[in-house]
Amino acid sequence: MKNYSEDWEAVIGLEIHVQLSTKSKLFSGASTDFGALPNTQACNIDLAMPGVLPVLNEEVLKMAVKLGKALNAEINSPTSFARKNYFYPDSPKGYQISQMDKPIVENGYLDIETENGGKRIGITRAHLEEDAGKSLHDDFEGQSGIDLNRAGTPLLEIVSEPEINTPKEAVAYLKSIHSIIRYLEISDGNMAEGSMRCDANVSVRKIGEEKLGTRTETKNVNSFRFVEKAIQYEIERQIHEIESGNKITQETRLYDSQVNTTRPMRSKEFANDYRYFPEPDLLPVNLEKEFIEEVLATMPEMPTEKKERFVSEFSLSQYDADLLAADKDIAEFFEEVTKISNSPKLSANWIMGELSAELNNENLNIKESKVSSNKLGQLISRIEDGTISGKIAKDIFEKIWTTGKEVDDIIKEEGLEQVTDDKEIELMIDEVIENNPQQLEQYRSGKDRLFGFFVGQVMKASQGKANPKQVNDILKSKLEK
Amino acid sequence: MALSDQELKEIAYLARISVKEESLPSLKKELEDILDLFKQLDEANTTEVNAMSHPLDLSQPTRKDEVTEEDLRDELLKNAPSVKSGLFLVPKVIDGEN
Repeated sequence: MKNYSEDWEAVIGLEIHVQLSTKSKLFSGASTDFGALPNTQACNIDLAMPGVLPVLNEEVLKMAVKLGKALNAEINSPTSFARKNYFYPDSPKGYQISQMDKPIVENGYLDIETENGGKRIGITRAHLEEDAGKSLHDDFEGQSGIDLNRAGTPLLEIVSEPEINTPKEAVAYLKSIHSIIRYLEISDGNMAEGSMRCDANVSVRKIGEEKLGTRTETKNVNSFRFVEKAIQYEIERQIHEIESGNKITQETRLYDSQVNTTRPMRSKEFANDYRYFPEPDLLPVNLEKEFIEEVLATMPEMPTEKKERFVSEFSLSQYDADLLAADKDIAEFFEEVTKISNSPKLSANWIMGELSAELNNENLNIKESKVSSNKLGQLISRIEDGTISGKIAKDIFEKIWTTGKEVDDIIKEEGLEQVTDDKEIELMIDEVIENNPQQLEQYRSGKDRLFGFFVGQVMKASQGKANPKQVNDILKSKLEK
Repeated sequence: MALSDQELKEIAYLARISVKEESLPSLKKELEDILDLFKQLDEANTTEVNAMSHPLDLSQPTRKDEVTEEDLRDELLKNAPSVKSGLFLVPKVIDGEN
C-alpha cells in the first residue's frame, strides 16, 4: 500500500476501557483477581440469577471522581445508570449496566506533547460500566466455552473528542491516560492482560474539508505500538479506497497484529440497536460535596506536576523530567536514588542509561530491579565524592546486578578506589612517557591528537583507577616541558 | 401508529423472539395499540418537568469494596445444559462484539 499523500488528514477519536483495580465487582461482592480458575469468581449476581439485585461498589465512585479531576472534567451529581441491551453469551443478563445521559465524568481535557509542541485533546465523557465475561473459541466439540469471572468487573470508559490527527498523537494521548491511571492507582493499566483496551474511531478527509468522512471503529488493539500501527494502517486503507473511487463503509473492524491489517467484523442482518433505558434496579447516585472533597484530598501529585517539580527542584532538563515523571514507579525510584546520591543529574542519567538498559535486557520493570534504589544511590555518591571513577562505577554496577553485594564491599574487596594521589599518578605518567619516546617526539613536533593516546595509556596502567581530571592536568604539564 | 412488517421483524430479532409469519398481523395490531397508548403521553406539557430516572426520591446506597461472595461454581454449573472444564458451553460464537 502506498504512503498517503499530504492532501489528506485523519480525524481520530479514542475510546479507552480502563479496568478498575477494585477487590470486588461493580455490583457484586465477587472477587476480581486475574487468572483464577474459570467461573470460580462469578456469583449469583454476575450470573443474573432470578431475584438478585445489583449493589454499587463505593470504591468505583472514588476512582471515577479522581479520574475526573485528573482529566480537568466535571463530576455529575446525580449520576445515573442505564441498561444497554444486547444478547451475547458472555453477558448473562442480556444487558450491560452502563451509563448514558448522566455519565459520572463529563467535559474534560488532556494536554499532550506532540512533535509540533503541546496539544489539548477534549474528553467527552468517562462512564462506569460492567465488563463482560470471556468466550473461549478453542474446540469444545464445535461449541464455545464461557468463563464469567470477568463479568461485572468495573470499567471506566474514557471517550475522547475526535481531535486527534495522527497515529503518534493517538499514542501520546493513550500513554498520557495510562500514566494518569497508574498515578491514581485506579488500574494497573496492563494492556497485555486487557486492563486497558483501546478502540479507535478513524476517518479521513481532504485538508480544508469541513465535513467529516465516514468513520470506522477498530477494536482489539492491545499495545501502544499496535495502536499506532492499526491507526496508520486504517488511515492508509481509507485513503486508498477513496482514491480508487470506492466508498468507506461505516463498520467495526478488528486489528490483526500478526499481519498488521484490519478486517471487517461479520456484519449482521440488522443494525444493532441497544435500546438504552434508565436502569430500574439502581437509583441515581448523589455525590455529596463532602464525599468529593474527601476523595480529592487523597489525590497524589500528578505526572505534569511532578515533571514541573523535577525541573524546578532538581534542575533537570524538560526532556529528562518528562521521561522520569511519566512512570510513577520510575519517578519514585529516581527520588529515592537522588536522596542518597545528592546528585539529581547523575541519578537521572544512570536510571535512564545503565539501569534501564539492564532492565530491558532482562525484561524487568523497575520494581524488579536487581540494583536497589539504595545501592544505586550509594554507587553514585561514591562517584561524587571521588572514591571511584565513572568507568569503574559501571563495572561495580554490573557486579551488584549479578551478586547483590554492597557498593563499599565491592570497592574494598577489589581495591577499586580511585587513585587521587598526585605523586602516584605522576609516577605512572613518567613511566608511560619513558616507554613511548616515538609518540612523545611526534607529539612535541605538533601532533596534538596523540594527547588522547597518552591519557589512554595512563588510564590503562592504572587499571582505570586514576582520576581522569588529574591525569589530564599532570600529563599536559609534563608533555609541554 | 403504523408499524411496517420490517420494523416488526427487527423488533422481534432484537428481543430474540421467533415470530411465525401468520402471527404477524395480530402481533402488529397489539403493538400498534400499545404505541397509541404511549402516544397519549405526548399530550402532557412537560416543559417545566425535569427528567426523572427513578420514581424514588432517594440516592443509591453503596457497599464497601470487599469480597463477600464465595466460589459457587459447582452448584451454578449444575444449572447449565452443557459444561466442560469449568466452562459453560454455548453454540459457537464468532467475532465477539460489544
